[in-house]
Amino acid sequence: MHIKHWFFILLSFYSVQAFAISPIQHWQTSQGGRVYFVRSAGLPMLDMRLVFAAGSARDGKQEGLAALTARLFATGAGQWGADELARQFDDVGARFSYDLNQDYAWLGLRTLTQAELMPQALAAFQQLVTRPRFAEDEFARIKAQVKIELQQRQEQPGFVAKRAFYRALYGSHPYAHLKEGTPQSIADMTRADVRHFYQKYYVAQNAILVLVGDIPKAQAQQIAEHLFANLKQGHQAQALPKVPALRQGQVQQIDFSSSQTHILAGLPVLSRKDADYFPLYVGNYILGGSGLVSRLFDEIREKRGLAYSAYSYFSPLAEAGPFTIGLQTQNKQRDLAIRVLKQTVREFIEKGPSHLALRAAQKNLTGGFVLRFDNNKKLLNYIAMIAFYQLPLDYLDTFQEQVARVTRAQIQAAFQRRVNLDLLQIISVGGQ
Amino acid sequence: MLARLFLGLFFACSVQAAEVHESILANGLKVLIKEQHRSPVVVAQIWYKVGSSYEPSGMTGISHMLEHMMFKGTEQYPAGEFSKIIAENGGRENAFTGHDYTAYFQTLEKSRLAISFELEADRMQHLHLLAEELQKERQVVMEERRMRTEDNPRAKLHEYLMAMAYTSSPYKNPVIGWPIDIENYQVADLQQWYQRWYAPNNATLVVVGDVQVAEVMQLVKKYFAPIPRHNIQALKPQIEMPQVGVRRMSVRLPAKVPYLLMGYKVPSLKTAVDEWEAYALDVLAAVLDGSDSARLPARLQRGQQLATSVGAGYDLGARLKTLFLFEATPVKGKTLLDMELALKTEIRILQRELISQSELTRVKAQVLANSVYEQDSLFYQAMKLGMAETVGLGWQKSEQYRNKINQVTAEQVRQVAEKYLMESQLSIAYLEPQTMLANTATGVLHAH
Repeated sequence: MHIKHWFFILLSFYSVQAFAISPIQHWQTSQGGRVYFVRSAGLPMLDMRLVFAAGSARDGKQEGLAALTARLFATGAGQWGADELARQFDDVGARFSYDLNQDYAWLGLRTLTQAELMPQALAAFQQLVTRPRFAEDEFARIKAQVKIELQQRQEQPGFVAKRAFYRALYGSHPYAHLKEGTPQSIADMTRADVRHFYQKYYVAQNAILVLVGDIPKAQAQQIAEHLFANLKQGHQAQALPKVPALRQGQVQQIDFSSSQTHILAGLPVLSRKDADYFPLYVGNYILGGSGLVSRLFDEIREKRGLAYSAYSYFSPLAEAGPFTIGLQTQNKQRDLAIRVLKQTVREFIEKGPSHLALRAAQKNLTGGFVLRFDNNKKLLNYIAMIAFYQLPLDYLDTFQEQVARVTRAQIQAAFQRRVNLDLLQIISVGGQ
Repeated sequence: MLARLFLGLFFACSVQAAEVHESILANGLKVLIKEQHRSPVVVAQIWYKVGSSYEPSGMTGISHMLEHMMFKGTEQYPAGEFSKIIAENGGRENAFTGHDYTAYFQTLEKSRLAISFELEADRMQHLHLLAEELQKERQVVMEERRMRTEDNPRAKLHEYLMAMAYTSSPYKNPVIGWPIDIENYQVADLQQWYQRWYAPNNATLVVVGDVQVAEVMQLVKKYFAPIPRHNIQALKPQIEMPQVGVRRMSVRLPAKVPYLLMGYKVPSLKTAVDEWEAYALDVLAAVLDGSDSARLPARLQRGQQLATSVGAGYDLGARLKTLFLFEATPVKGKTLLDMELALKTEIRILQRELISQSELTRVKAQVLANSVYEQDSLFYQAMKLGMAETVGLGWQKSEQYRNKINQVTAEQVRQVAEKYLMESQLSIAYLEPQTMLANTATGVLHAH
């Protein structure tokens, strides 16, 4: 019942920061590996995630290299080929998973904590992380697979729109391409590229380990020691370049054989440690982040029936991540939908939210606070985010207070300063 | 042997799932409550026994349309109020419709459960169906259909396959409905559908979370007990005509990559004469595609390197006879026929040879591990209970699942492969890509 207890502490003391007891335990291994641990009792399971600054922004000219590298881990490690490795996990009911974004890639394990089961899962995970094979035949096979998958993604107007959207927002910045890469960039990649990428980025200095589960701290320490001891020291990845400022807005129409036009609009805005984070976050809840009750949803769907989904969100990254507004509508309504979208955003930026709307937003974000990490999986996500971006460990403890402090004037000012509609990039992909 | 040892350990270690408390109100509402005290959160789901498989022709998709209209207000809480109140209370909510159910849910901090009950009890009885709202929401559903199906060649192939595979079963119709039906619903149609199916004696309320059964029951009685029971007219039997030979189609659509779907008619747990057959089919699906070490990825993706993607699936929890599905995308240089033959070879092997003990044990180990992992999600636990109850299996079946799977033998797996994965019961669809418009930017306008 540790988590429950923790909530009690959190809710009672969140405004008295000096006394806020952080439930996140943080330490460094003897090799200097950074570890973050929350003991979550009640279920005999452990979730862990090893996060590396090895996202698609590290691809360089080889678009898709980070994703291809992450994907190849499961194809063999140490003494095991792909089949044997898969069986190592499956035999004990464990699951390996991975994912990446622009900033980071992670390798994850979910396992039962039973003493007779967990060691096999941990050993397999350790091999996979520290002794990946990247075998030639597997490399060729996965490359061919990715090429077909990329072709298939070309069937999707949403994917085509997303690719154009990132190009428009980021130009030559490392955030400008999708993590999937292109058929050509994948075709040009060699196994040596993957090895090199691994050796450079999958190293102890560039990693953090996050564990959430029902194990004692001593055991978490042991697991961490072991994992980091077998990783090369290496270096922390260099900071990414700043995102260059946009010079002008644009509307880009891409023809596509589809019955709907997919519309994406936005610009680069928010980094993880941005001073405007909370005003923009709370403001966006009102504009397009609150699902069935947001302004965009109301104007686009509820009032006009123009689309099934209409939304906006900030994706805060190490450098300015995108502010994205999106919807899909039948082709003939494209211009109308773009007009309503722009009008809704413009009005919000000019007038700011009403007092009532702000109160409703704050009530949702604080009243629903506990839903954000009511299980191990969500908690793991949060801690990985806090750890990777080096946010204060009491980030969760102070979250509600930060939200409650935001004023209408702050939201209006932040949006006016940061969301310049003259620079808006609008991509629409669809038929005439 | 090693694997067998592990299985014993699994049983020793897996935590006993919390007990489910069942009660039935005088008006027929069934209430299922599961206490889970890991975090101060509660999930409430209300499941109605109605979905696309209840719909007559000309009215396909009306259950889904009604699900959308359920957010359009009552006298007491006009359009938008429901969602606003839930949002202001920090809640998350939505709804979903399937072949066999329509369900609505809210997740809330535990002290706010009464809010969910009050609102759901209200819209169970007092929904306001207005022509003007229907007109707008019809457009929304058409857009939803375009997004999910019309512009998605693989989803379209699936839709065409279902329409071909079933003769008289209502599973032949898509959950979202055919476009012509969506365009022609009248308010009166929705009103009738609402009156016919939305009643306490046709619903199951599932509550999982950090609550006390007695307190929840007090709230349930306060909000739901006053709702009068309806006379629910029984659904006519909808029995699928026997299939007497393979059904085959080729679908030509704008697409980039060929794709194959194969479906064999099989019983679900509800329709199986011998229950074990359904569990054996479930194990069969897991042997083929339950994890990365399963046969299809190991043999067709890795070993023979024929497929870019490959999969198999079986819905044990369907209300009616269902399909055991296969899907595959060939690698470059291979054809859909190659995929079909490779899948049929795997099927033939399963019909002739017993799966190995280690394979069987591995599948069981994963089922047991999953029974622990899934307790990390309140929503999923509620969903399993609601679904089993709503398709007529009874919620107890979902609690028995783990043990039933554990009793399946290799010979039973072989038997169901032989009995059901027969050519005469097969429906097969090829997606043959037609040229798509090139993706060239035709205009860039600079705004000033």
